[in-house]
Amino acid sequence: MAASLEQLCSAKEVVVSTGSGGVGKTTVAASVAATAAAQLDAKVLVLTVDPARRLASALGVQEFGNVETRVPASAFGEAGVDPAGELWVAMLDTKQSWDDLVRQHAPDPATRDAILANPLYQNITGRFVQSHDYVAMERLYEIHTSGRYDLVVVDTPPTRNAVDFLDAPDRMADFFSSPLLRWLITPYRSRLVNLASKPFYTVADRILGTQFLEDIAEFFILFQTMYDGFVERARAVTTLLGGPQTSFLVVSTLEVAPAREAAFFLDLLEGRRYHVGALVLNRVLPEYLLDRTATDVARRLTNESAALAGSLGAPLGVAEGAPLESVLSQVGQSYLDYQVVARREAEQRDELSSIPDLCLSVPALEGDIHSLRGLLDLGGRLWS
Amino acid sequence: MSRSTLGLLERRLLFVTGKGGVGKTSVAAAIGWLAAARGLRTLVCEVDAKGNLADFLGVGPLQFDPVEVRPNLAAMAMDTEASLREYLRLNLRVPLVARLGPVARTFDFVASAAPGVKEILTVGKLAYEVRERNYDLVVVDAPATGHVIGQLASPVAINDLVKVGLVRSQTDWMIELLTDADVTGVVVVTIPEEMPTTETLELIDRLHDETDIDVASVVVNRVLPEIFSRPESVVFDRLRSAEGLAVVRSELGPAVDEVVDGADLAVRLRRSRVPHLTRLREGLGDDVPLLYLPFLFHRSHGVRATSVLADAISDELGH
Repeated sequence: MAASLEQLCSAKEVVVSTGSGGVGKTTVAASVAATAAAQLDAKVLVLTVDPARRLASALGVQEFGNVETRVPASAFGEAGVDPAGELWVAMLDTKQSWDDLVRQHAPDPATRDAILANPLYQNITGRFVQSHDYVAMERLYEIHTSGRYDLVVVDTPPTRNAVDFLDAPDRMADFFSSPLLRWLITPYRSRLVNLASKPFYTVADRILGTQFLEDIAEFFILFQTMYDGFVERARAVTTLLGGPQTSFLVVSTLEVAPAREAAFFLDLLEGRRYHVGALVLNRVLPEYLLDRTATDVARRLTNESAALAGSLGAPLGVAEGAPLESVLSQVGQSYLDYQVVARREAEQRDELSSIPDLCLSVPALEGDIHSLRGLLDLGGRLWS
Repeated sequence: MSRSTLGLLERRLLFVTGKGGVGKTSVAAAIGWLAAARGLRTLVCEVDAKGNLADFLGVGPLQFDPVEVRPNLAAMAMDTEASLREYLRLNLRVPLVARLGPVARTFDFVASAAPGVKEILTVGKLAYEVRERNYDLVVVDAPATGHVIGQLASPVAINDLVKVGLVRSQTDWMIELLTDADVTGVVVVTIPEEMPTTETLELIDRLHDETDIDVASVVVNRVLPEIFSRPESVVFDRLRSAEGLAVVRSELGPAVDEVVDGADLAVRLRRSRVPHLTRLREGLGDDVPLLYLPFLFHRSHGVRATSVLADAISDELGH
């Protein structure tokens, strides 16, 4: 286990930021990458799937897309930092990435054009086998093997389940080698339906119509020409994710549902022997909310607000008739309210069974970032 | 596109969506809870297989077959394979289905190969329950913002791809039901933060552009309390000044600093949300009804949260 993010980012070539939706993993990924670029003499890319305009403007680039774009050194200058390395950004464009993949793997121009022109192609790439997850991992592999960067920090897609993207390459390989797929395609290829599959086609024809089934079959027959390329690539991506050059950051808040998912994900990564570099707990309430002496004070403020307002009004110099009593009561009540949340967070943290050695906390309010300076401040807090 | 003047609970089919992490499942559960409490025969259906809806209803894992979790309130989890089986049973001669062999074997193909099949089986099942009047209200804990359009647009997408066949004959009535604003509405759940606000506004634009489905309401979840009025803020500022703190410390001891810091944090957290609330209100205009639900300090998860949120929705809706 790494002793610090500094150590981790110096050693690893790929850092994958994971977590359930809404926990701030995009911001964490960008902070880590920006700080690595500022601190290390390294060329760093952050690959994000989230077109957060705020993040783009925070990084000093108006817009960025599938093409890798360098964050200008002047943006670091404005943040008061002379970066030791370079920061690059790219956003994943699923459709564009799929088109690139087809161009790369199609056996000949005719097949390539037939696939790209198939009416089902766009529809299917958008939907099947979590294609978004697959291309994210595929793109990561392509960028990593290009040798263009010392470090690639990846922000993972917002999946229904944080582990979906891990399985995407394997699922893609399974899909293309599926006997069912072959079973589907065979009759359309040979124009012969054997007895075993005839009832199925009779039903399928009635439900979907023959023309539609033939459209699908044609599409998959074309797609199968790329089978070897896809499967080989899927295996390579899986190897990269599990390799010694890759590490995972698990990002979570201490709310109930995200924390449970983080716990599940930590266990799963450990079970598969993936390297977990750090757990980053975002938007954590301050520990002073757990103080027992303060609890007593808060109760007194709430329960004895009238008496306290009477004795404190004059020394405080609060005008006659000002709402001191309600303020004292609210101050106490607010502390007690947030204390409940802070206690629940402490319990959630305790329940994370396998906490990596490196567990970093980001205080509430400090993850809301509007500038590169903010990203660097957050990264700096996590860095060493 | 038609708009509806009906209240939230007067529609028949509500798709509750939102960015991951904003609490859409708890809101879907609470809407169902409230509808049932008001005497409507209600079905709540979970579409994502995450299993959180069961937590919010205080029951064990949900299945495709609905179970009654409270009077008037049934709950189910979508299972597209089971939905296909039910569909075949209802629409095809039984012997044919029997000869089909295990549906599971063929389902892999159907769901993976044919675009929109999983979506249409989901939407179809829900629309069927509405059409057959099995329930007064069907509340769907729908996929997150990124995926929900694909689901809602699936009957139209299928119509474009499939020119003949049984499916084609089924999509027409589904489209009619989904695009009737007095029947179907989308509820977008959000929280007053940057990305959820942006995604909400984008989703509503996309719903207008890519579907003919009405937005019934935007629910702003986890709204932090405004703890001080303006005159109170002046007093609080005096209290937390160096001189003010010295005075209260002499009365209450040094731990009062932490209590005041806690209140200050509460004020700053609330303040940090205000620009997002403003942007949401301005972005939505007067077209879409907004409901505000409070941040829950005590129970943010589970059946108690559902019950508290149901009360809050009831207050927001009035009567």
